[in-house]
Amino acid sequence: MKGMPISAALGLFVTALFFLAAIFAPWIAPYSPTQIVGDLWEPSSREHWLGTDNLGRDLLTRMIYGGRTTIFVASAATLLSFTLGAILGFTAAVYGGWVDQVMSRANDLVMSIPTLIFALVVLSVMPVTIPILILVIGLLDSTRVFRLSRAVAVDINVMDYVEAARLRGEGQAWVIFREILPNALSPLVAELGLRFIFAILFISTLSFLGLGVQPPLADWGGIVRDNREGIVWGIPAALIPAFAIVTLSISVNLVADWMLNRTTSLKGGRGV
Amino acid sequence: MSRQRDKAPEGQPLLDVQNLRIEATIYEPGEPPRDAVIVDDVSFSLPRGKVLGLIGESGAGKSTIGLAALAYGRGGIRLTGGAIRLNGRDIRAARPGELRRLRGEEVTYVAQSAAAAFNPARRLMDQVTEATLVHGLMSEREAKARAVELFRVLKLPDPESFGRRYPHQVSGGQLQRAMTAMALCPKPDLVIFDEPTTALDVTTQIDVLAAIKNAIAETGVAALYITHDLAVVAQVSDDIMVLRHGKMVEYGPVQQIIEAPREEYTRALVSVRQIDHVEAPPSPEPLMVLQGITARYGSMTSDVLSDVSVDLHAGQTLALVGESGSGKSTVARVITGLLPPRAGTVRFEGRDLTPALKNRPREDLRQIQMIYQMADVAMNPRQTVRTIIGRPLEFYFGLRGRKRDQRVQELLDAIELGKGFADRYPAELSGGQKQRVCIARALAADPKLIICDEVTSALDPLVADGILKLLLDLQKREQVAYLFITHDIATVRAIADSIAVMYQGRVQRYGTKTQVLSPPFDDYTDLLLSSVPEMKLGWLEHVLATRKMESAGN
Repeated sequence: MKGMPISAALGLFVTALFFLAAIFAPWIAPYSPTQIVGDLWEPSSREHWLGTDNLGRDLLTRMIYGGRTTIFVASAATLLSFTLGAILGFTAAVYGGWVDQVMSRANDLVMSIPTLIFALVVLSVMPVTIPILILVIGLLDSTRVFRLSRAVAVDINVMDYVEAARLRGEGQAWVIFREILPNALSPLVAELGLRFIFAILFISTLSFLGLGVQPPLADWGGIVRDNREGIVWGIPAALIPAFAIVTLSISVNLVADWMLNRTTSLKGGRGV
Repeated sequence: MSRQRDKAPEGQPLLDVQNLRIEATIYEPGEPPRDAVIVDDVSFSLPRGKVLGLIGESGAGKSTIGLAALAYGRGGIRLTGGAIRLNGRDIRAARPGELRRLRGEEVTYVAQSAAAAFNPARRLMDQVTEATLVHGLMSEREAKARAVELFRVLKLPDPESFGRRYPHQVSGGQLQRAMTAMALCPKPDLVIFDEPTTALDVTTQIDVLAAIKNAIAETGVAALYITHDLAVVAQVSDDIMVLRHGKMVEYGPVQQIIEAPREEYTRALVSVRQIDHVEAPPSPEPLMVLQGITARYGSMTSDVLSDVSVDLHAGQTLALVGESGSGKSTVARVITGLLPPRAGTVRFEGRDLTPALKNRPREDLRQIQMIYQMADVAMNPRQTVRTIIGRPLEFYFGLRGRKRDQRVQELLDAIELGKGFADRYPAELSGGQKQRVCIARALAADPKLIICDEVTSALDPLVADGILKLLLDLQKREQVAYLFITHDIATVRAIADSIAVMYQGRVQRYGTKTQVLSPPFDDYTDLLLSSVPEMKLGWLEHVLATRKMESAGN
């Protein structure tokens, strides 16, 4: 942690703030997320820091609980997409030949359908619950991770040290997890920061369209939808989730960039 | 004809460098930028028409000094002190406009990799005459006539039409000579040759060397000749300067440097590769027998190897020698099972090895280990030395924890690295140390055979020498056999017990070291043997006069 640049420290601080708020929402939030505490669209005041929403609920409380849902779904979906995408991508690269062909073409097939349309179609026939949302977003995102991991691993796979491991008689699992994965980490970490933000935007978009997180559960996309009519009257409630998303994106990517620097070091992050 | 150049007054040297100091700013992550001295207090002078050889290991500052004669600093390098006087004026302080006139007109440059230095999209003639025309030294017709004349002097085939070809249509040796023509075309006063023959095969190197020497003599140009091979520079230079870590070690006439070196370091350079190795007689029962191996890659329509049969005896070294493309490395791929042969068998300890790697029992894999040419990419950069050497111990012998660490340390001692290396990453090792760790990794499996694929060719001569001595030493102690793949005859002389000379996928000559290296030779072996530069004055002329066949790259 020593010698951490200010930008990374700031990013880490803000990211931690968002995550802590999400985890400890019931203890931090001043009101209940479903309780109607005032008039609709009240301006910010001492009682309601961000004012109230379209039903008179406290907006700060809604934002904290909404962040909880959004960040949880996005994190879980990103975790799923990276585990799945990276392992399948490495496998395709290491086996090569027809295994690679089948996996890559199947992946192309899924990618050829626009993600949002695909998700809308699936969610309109499936029950919209949190696990299903995570699964859909995670699986769709893993196609991108698959392509990246495969491309990176194909390059690493031809290095002499991988050949040396093969000549030793190592199994594919060792080759994938001990030879390729540590060397593919840099591009994957860079992608991770980006993918997490895309996942947040994706879940927010779905909620905005009404096919994501269902009311009365709060989430950032839902808050935008609930309050969108207020914009006409000059009420900024709908913009607050947007501001939160921007802040979180920048912070997460500041941290990702810093981790990228560390993982690029070939001297175990010892510097020099 | 050309406009009048400022010529140095009679009796003064063409290039006079005094107390040259070159610095660069080094940016290392996590540290404030700092200045490092790359060349320190180097002085020499070069009279008109003479050749000065600059020699040293990589990092000695040879190329940096060479480029300083163009008042050029590569990649943020600054010429911070001393004087570089060319034709009587100091060019270190010259303005950009003056430098542009100087470069390509008074001083020209021949790079190491001609393949990378030529523009692949333009014909050779346009590139050879470009500097001459840009500087307005001659009319286009004159420039072309001069280029053709130079092609003739450099013994390029069909000099009249040679310039109409594109770079990919000529061989590596021809391209290097075309680059020499490019440098000589503007009639410069000084040419800088930066390792012009290092990337070439020995058999090609000799022709390029002869052509360069001839061209220098015919045009009367002065030259700085940069190389790490003392035997090469001895053939073309009048004076030699030995450099180490950016400082001058010794500076004198060729004869004195070669025959009576004063400094310890120069003596070490001169005596490199004088390892005495007495060959062992073949045993009745060979460790490994290759029988009629024929192989090709994937969709190729002709064989890379045809009917290769050689024996390797326990505890001995078989050297596979040949130029690039002769199939040496393919033999290694067949033995390890990476490339199953189309015909023929590999017998190891009296039994047939399975042709493909994936069907081989672990015990067979353990018995045959491999060391690679590029130690850099042969080790996973994310693993520590402990993991790299310890993994075979874990994998083959099930050693773990303290026992494994103990054995890793024993192996580190065996390769003369000692304590404090186990927790380092490959990026924290020097080139020679990396290759030693690779040797330790091979030894960890306790094999009967180690395949060494050009293991010393990427290393500086003195470091390579240390590696060869270590390999011989280990062979004596562990009774391991080596299959040594190389294009360097000097290395072969130093360590081989038997030799197989390969040419175009066939074994051209095979036998014990003495048999192979004693006349009468077949034409190819003669060419290969005679092409190895020797540290003798007049060697080049002698060889060209006596050899039996011309090299393929000609």
